[in-house]
Amino acid sequence: MSDRQQIQISIDRPWNWKDFFFQWEWMLVAILLLVIIGNSMISPWFLTWNTFIRTPATFLDKAFIVFPMMFVIILGKIDISVGSTVALSAVIMAVSYNLGLPMPLAMLLCLLVGTLGGAFNGFLLVRFKELSFVIVTLSSMIIYRGIAYIILGNQASGGLPQWYSFLGWGEIAGIPFILICFVLAATAFGILLHRTTFGRAVFGMGHNPRTCRHSGVNTDRVIWVVFTLNGLMAAVTALFLTSRMGSTRPNVAMGYELEVIAMVALGGVSTNGGIGRIGGPVLAVFIVGFLSYGMGLANLQAPIVLVVIGALLILSVLAHRIRFVGKKKRNTAA
Amino acid sequence: MHEPILELRNISKAFPGVQALDCVDFDLKPGEIHCLMGENGAGKSTFIKIITGVHAPDAGEIRLKGAPAVFRNPRETQHRGIAAIYQHVTAYPHLTVSENIFMGHEKVTRLTRRIDWSAMHTEAQALLDRLDPSIDARERMGNLSVARQQIVEIAKALSTNAQILIMDEPTAALTHHESDELYRITEDLRDAGVAVIFISHRLEDTWRLADRVTVFRDGRHIGTWPAPELTQNDLVVAMVGREISQMFPKRNVHLGEEVLRVENLSRTGFFRDISFSVHTGEILALTGLVGAGRTEVCESIYGVFPADSGRITVEGREVSITDPVEALEVGIGCLPEDRQHEGLILAWEIGRNITLPSLQTLFRYGWVDEEKERKLAGKLAAKLNVRAPSIFTRAEALSGGNQQKVVVAKILSRTLKVIILDEPTKGVDVGAKAAIYEMIGELAEKGYGIIFVSSEMPEVLGLSDRIVVMKQGRLTAQMDTAAATQEKILHAAMVAETGGAGETGQTSGALHGKA
Repeated sequence: MSDRQQIQISIDRPWNWKDFFFQWEWMLVAILLLVIIGNSMISPWFLTWNTFIRTPATFLDKAFIVFPMMFVIILGKIDISVGSTVALSAVIMAVSYNLGLPMPLAMLLCLLVGTLGGAFNGFLLVRFKELSFVIVTLSSMIIYRGIAYIILGNQASGGLPQWYSFLGWGEIAGIPFILICFVLAATAFGILLHRTTFGRAVFGMGHNPRTCRHSGVNTDRVIWVVFTLNGLMAAVTALFLTSRMGSTRPNVAMGYELEVIAMVALGGVSTNGGIGRIGGPVLAVFIVGFLSYGMGLANLQAPIVLVVIGALLILSVLAHRIRFVGKKKRNTAA
Repeated sequence: MHEPILELRNISKAFPGVQALDCVDFDLKPGEIHCLMGENGAGKSTFIKIITGVHAPDAGEIRLKGAPAVFRNPRETQHRGIAAIYQHVTAYPHLTVSENIFMGHEKVTRLTRRIDWSAMHTEAQALLDRLDPSIDARERMGNLSVARQQIVEIAKALSTNAQILIMDEPTAALTHHESDELYRITEDLRDAGVAVIFISHRLEDTWRLADRVTVFRDGRHIGTWPAPELTQNDLVVAMVGREISQMFPKRNVHLGEEVLRVENLSRTGFFRDISFSVHTGEILALTGLVGAGRTEVCESIYGVFPADSGRITVEGREVSITDPVEALEVGIGCLPEDRQHEGLILAWEIGRNITLPSLQTLFRYGWVDEEKERKLAGKLAAKLNVRAPSIFTRAEALSGGNQQKVVVAKILSRTLKVIILDEPTKGVDVGAKAAIYEMIGELAEKGYGIIFVSSEMPEVLGLSDRIVVMKQGRLTAQMDTAAATQEKILHAAMVAETGGAGETGQTSGALHGKA
């Protein structure tokens, strides 16, 4: 109709300083700086380049699961089986090496086991829609750990080749190999989440899976891929963890799933799904890592570290709430 | 009796960035039905929220029974005899009808302060008997139809001795028959002296019920008239602010090849042996009562819930569709009935919503090119005249009609042959309806085959080329619109035999019972 006036609709991304500075990530940066300052007050050596750059090697092993777990949580789900997946893939790697499999193949087998473990979760979720993710991953958490015990019993398996320790202890140009891998993984997952159609689908499904299905998003495949990635990265963690410890047991990585979920949540990823940015969990990894390290320096016991991390989590939840209220107001205005 | 029970003078209310209400006047007399009309975003909801105490007005005066009144919260207004019922029933489906009615003011025994079940059931039943004796107070709320749940909500309002009853789009989810029942109840209440504020988009509601009509537009009070003095045109002009020259577009019908053929489609428990076909440029109306299986047929064609048996042919080629992904690939798009939960991601920006269905085809290697995406979204949003400042405005901030335009823009981002529109005008106002009709007409002219699901007779007759009628999961009539009349369609939708054994003779009775 000609009498309808055409309305201009802007396609430029709006920018305002308030939105830019009211981001949880800035809060995390501030907390991280506080932790670093605190650590350097406890130990004068903390801020030397050598210590500072090597410290992350002590806590980065589990950080690899943080990225795929972020995807899982953005989907509005949770995967509590990853700790067990780490144990199972580590045990199978060590045992198969000791049975005569060459180490490179044993490492591939480790990755394969983790991937299959994750894919199995994905398969159950997609095939049996009535099952909740809590039940599915709780079951596999128990099963995977159980299989690890069946294979190895309550003992350790070690004697891995010398070169394998490079993964956890090695350095390239003075920078820990594990830190380099972490940065590469962060970049790759950041791109996958924020720059690809797959990442877009993950965000969309976190908000409203029904709309996504109606819009022709292959929702089943997204769930599959996300849970499979989670298993794969759990196996990557198994590689680094075993390398640092030199051997493995069926009870390694106990409680990793909760630590990882805590880091993701602290990183500003909403457990209601649909919201999160890669930078948050990356910062959260270093906050939690440096905090534990610093409390170790100060001879504080591990339980105190847990209390502090728990308090930080609650703080992050409260911060979400404040931001949420702010957004609500802006919406009414629009 | 002519003293107003409720008077609002110069009420203003602003939210950051919007003047929701601007010096609005309103008065309500006992024993009248006062229809409040206006497009989406006209300020009706804000106005109701001021009356019910959810929002406090920035300026203005409220007088209840002649005395100035300040409403601080909904509980207070409830105590003072104001009750509201909403389009979406806010009930507890797992509780009984009586529990729902007395929620918040349960009957208790005097001595032991326990819930007095028998008193509650008796009193609830007494209230219900006034409205609809066939509802049992001990029934679980969830087992009732939406229409009956609404009647329970009315009973709930009466249980608080409400003298002012606000009904916010109560007929939106009801069939014609159910609406009739609601009209009767509303009129009974009026005759009993209750003052009713009735909000609706359906003009029929107004003609049937209103004693007086007030129209809001853009937060302003446009006028209040006795209903008999108004013509439909007056009302539309008052609401839209311009004349809608033609509700249904005149099109150069150019029927082309058959583009979609559905043969003997069945899904157990929902529909059986459904066969029809659509040509390019054709608008096929799929009608029948709510619950006749129309939406289910659409969902099966679109692959949301695949059919158990039957054939779907697109341009002569048989296709198997088990998921919307496949439907979109063969060129079938669908605009879902529930646009808020199936059509949009409300928390997302308009732009992201629009490009969601086309991500896979637009960015073949999975890499999102944001500039390309913004341009496409901007182009489609402008084409459909989405009223928003930017494609970065969130979908939840839009009015119903504009949200619908975004959902249509989503479909158009894909290359399609057939478009299924499931109740596209549900819950949108007159102005937006006309825009949607026009858009459907344009789509048909461009050569899409259109399947258009609707329960509203005027739009079925006004817009379509051919009509398919369903009743209880069976196809009961198929006719050219030129030869169709409202009576023929209603007959097929309500009376025609569906051919199932044991159903004959009881079908119409069952329907009435259901309605």
